[in-house]
Amino acid sequence: MKRREVVEKLLSNRGDLLVVAGLGSTAWDCTAAGDSPLNFPMWGAMGQAAMMGLGLALAQPKRRVLVITGDGEALMGLGALATIGVQKPANLTVVVIDNERYGETGMQDTHTAHGVDLAGVARACGFNIFDSQQIKNAIHNAPGPNFASIKVEAEKIPLVLPPREGALLKARFRRALLGPDADAE
Amino acid sequence: MWPDQIHRELSAAGVRLVGYVPDAGHKRLIELCQADKGMRAVVLSTEEEGIGLAAGAWLGGQKTALLMQSSGVGNIVNVLGMVRECRFPLVTLVTMRGEQGEFNPWQVPMGQAVRPVLEAMGTIVQYADKAEDMGPVVNAALRLAYNSYASVAVLISQRLIGIKSFQEQAAK
Repeated sequence: MKRREVVEKLLSNRGDLLVVAGLGSTAWDCTAAGDSPLNFPMWGAMGQAAMMGLGLALAQPKRRVLVITGDGEALMGLGALATIGVQKPANLTVVVIDNERYGETGMQDTHTAHGVDLAGVARACGFNIFDSQQIKNAIHNAPGPNFASIKVEAEKIPLVLPPREGALLKARFRRALLGPDADAE
Repeated sequence: MWPDQIHRELSAAGVRLVGYVPDAGHKRLIELCQADKGMRAVVLSTEEEGIGLAAGAWLGGQKTALLMQSSGVGNIVNVLGMVRECRFPLVTLVTMRGEQGEFNPWQVPMGQAVRPVLEAMGTIVQYADKAEDMGPVVNAALRLAYNSYASVAVLISQRLIGIKSFQEQAAK
């Protein structure tokens, strides 16, 4: 499968879905599918995408939250899957777009190229596991925490970059989500 | 007791989410947060996760506090870069080791590096070494962080924690 097509399909008709996009290719994929103030694309803090999703899901229990991240990013924060498994946020889904490569640094193999099974780890941590066909419905409807690892081609494709300034990304997300409360004391 | 003062300040400031890595110095505060029905205490597998938790919660409009030992500060350095770049408010309460009266030499290097490391990453460092000061210090840290979009760490002196040997720590 091609990553941009997978992500575009996941984010089509997204409704009021809140999205955290992990550092690197998945942030560009989410932007290619359509930049939105309710995306938080990460330009750093590798390993923290899933935890950002947990914080957001606990703060906004009535909204659905989706983390889209890469296999390398997820591997850097594997403990987060255990932490999320303990908290059991019903509104959180984590999707790993797994190309078995570190895409931003020269396409070196990640552990998933050598047999490490991220869905297996997530299952052992207490996530509900879905395949690439089921996950879109699960994002919006299944009680979480939900997880899918979707294998995609290792391809180099043009960058589609979101705004870079972190304070802007934060402020626009909060304003879009919280309205005037975002700027209140 | 000083942990009770901290808990009162967190509660009064509207902190509803507390991330922590278990620590002997924070034992009572962790228990107070766990027992508080208005708070959710989230146990982390590493302190770094607390930064993601706090940032995500703030995106969602919720205030947090992170509890960690000084060794944990070493685990959050890179991700403090996100806190600074995005101007996420952050309150980190650090129980100090490797400081006054340390008995474990392995704690000393990180303990002594806590302040310069935090300051190098743009976190404002405040220090509490008197139990009676704890409430006002934490109150001020919360206001500074959430009114001024600042990252603030309160270092809690090892003198207040008062564990003097491995045996005493294990007995706790």
